[in-house]
Amino acid sequence: MQIFKPHVINKEESVISITGLYKSFDDLDVLKGIDFNLYKAENVAVLGKSGSGKSVLIKIIVGLLKPDRGEVVVLGKHVNQLNRKELDDLRLHIGFSFQNSALYDSMNVLQNLTFPLTMNRKNLTKSEANDAAEEILDSVGLKDKLNQMPSDLSGGQRKRIGIARTLILKPQIMLYDEPTSGLDPVTSTEIIELINEVQQKYNTSSIIITHDLTCAKNTSNRIAMLLDGRFLKIGKFDEVFDTDDEQVKGFFNYNFIQ
Amino acid sequence: MMNKKVRKYVFSKVLDEYFSGNHKAYRFIALFFKELFKRPFHLREVINQCFEVGLKSLALISLTGFIVGIVFTKQSRPSLEEFGATSWLPSLIGIAIIKALGPLVTALICAGKVGSSIGAELGSMRVTEQIDAMEVSAINPFKYLVVTRVVATTITIPVLALYCSFVALYGSYLNVHAEETSSLISFYQSAFKTINFLDIAISVVKTIVYGFTIGIVGCYKGFNATQGTRGVGKAANQAVVLAMFLIFIEEVIIVQIANWIRYF
Repeated sequence: MQIFKPHVINKEESVISITGLYKSFDDLDVLKGIDFNLYKAENVAVLGKSGSGKSVLIKIIVGLLKPDRGEVVVLGKHVNQLNRKELDDLRLHIGFSFQNSALYDSMNVLQNLTFPLTMNRKNLTKSEANDAAEEILDSVGLKDKLNQMPSDLSGGQRKRIGIARTLILKPQIMLYDEPTSGLDPVTSTEIIELINEVQQKYNTSSIIITHDLTCAKNTSNRIAMLLDGRFLKIGKFDEVFDTDDEQVKGFFNYNFIQ
Repeated sequence: MMNKKVRKYVFSKVLDEYFSGNHKAYRFIALFFKELFKRPFHLREVINQCFEVGLKSLALISLTGFIVGIVFTKQSRPSLEEFGATSWLPSLIGIAIIKALGPLVTALICAGKVGSSIGAELGSMRVTEQIDAMEVSAINPFKYLVVTRVVATTITIPVLALYCSFVALYGSYLNVHAEETSSLISFYQSAFKTINFLDIAISVVKTIVYGFTIGIVGCYKGFNATQGTRGVGKAANQAVVLAMFLIFIEEVIIVQIANWIRYF
């Protein structure tokens, strides 16, 4: 297994900076004042209960949802103030791995990978796009699945292809939404390994949304505990779970029993 | 003390949702026209969608058109015979099929087949986050999915309607030919004798409007689908029902406008 090697993080260089973020859906307040920084080459795992707003947070970062209040600055750009063109330019630097992979059903694996590339780099020839796709597929260990349809792949393979699809645009930031959910322990370990490989190979900064403490511990420099719409604790794994807080302890115990 | 938020509506919940739904639909149509003239045009995808719409409906439209031609001729003949006017049969069939039945039958078939397919496809893409995946890959999903499909239905359905009319006339010819000696050319000549350029132009305009309606309704319902797999079925169903309803309303309005034009 690719071991997670904690490295020194330069806290001067913030790639994502969030201040006073609020978001609600109808009467339900989901995020109630989030302040957070992600530094260059850092992996942060965001832990929290289902429905605590973890996925909402990363959807706001990538501009899929608009916040009610607050400021989100990604790579020096205020996400809420960007027009469509500027937001698309920013999104080219952000990779988003969806919980259910979100592969395009009507396309095979190769087309899934080349689609974002050919749509964004018009001067690229078909063979260049295919070569890039094959290279990325090789790096996620699925080169032999090139011509298969997403429906023919297992859950773990779909996750890998989903990650490969985001990597093809060579992003600086990776946002993983529940990368190990619904996977068996062996496949989860493979995905954890892949997240670490991606960080080391592409020097990405990542936010990993997860329930899985094994994933959080083995992929992240810091853990952020999201409870009741706020970050209750942010710090190293041991610092976060060395607490008397019942909710945090409950989360740890649940995962431990699991 | 209860700290419960009180929800306020301008009129009532139902009326507010009705008006905001209408507003959302108009914004969707406005966005279509805004994106239509912007680059990139995704011509390959438009051609691909034209192929999907056209080829997949061809068999059903051929069969339905052919049967409509035969049945309409069979039903009309006894009435005309009573007045000794069977020689007017091709003209009557021509007027009925080219001006009304061809476009309407094609539109209704396509509303069922193409509209539901677009609604279900986009609805499924929405609930499985494939549309969001496009968005985060810096691809404009509205432009790629909606504009291409609406353009494809707007182009293809008039062609299908024209084809349906010709097949229906052929079905009608076969029925006429079984009863009396008549050549195909003389039948078509008689059928088109009472049809002028304005009639054909109005038919074409009508089918363009139907095509646009089927495409935009299917895309609107699918693109805004919610509630998981249940929402996909709902989107497909609503796409068909709403498109058919609008087609009948448009038929009445266009016929009325066409009559006004004729008087001028």
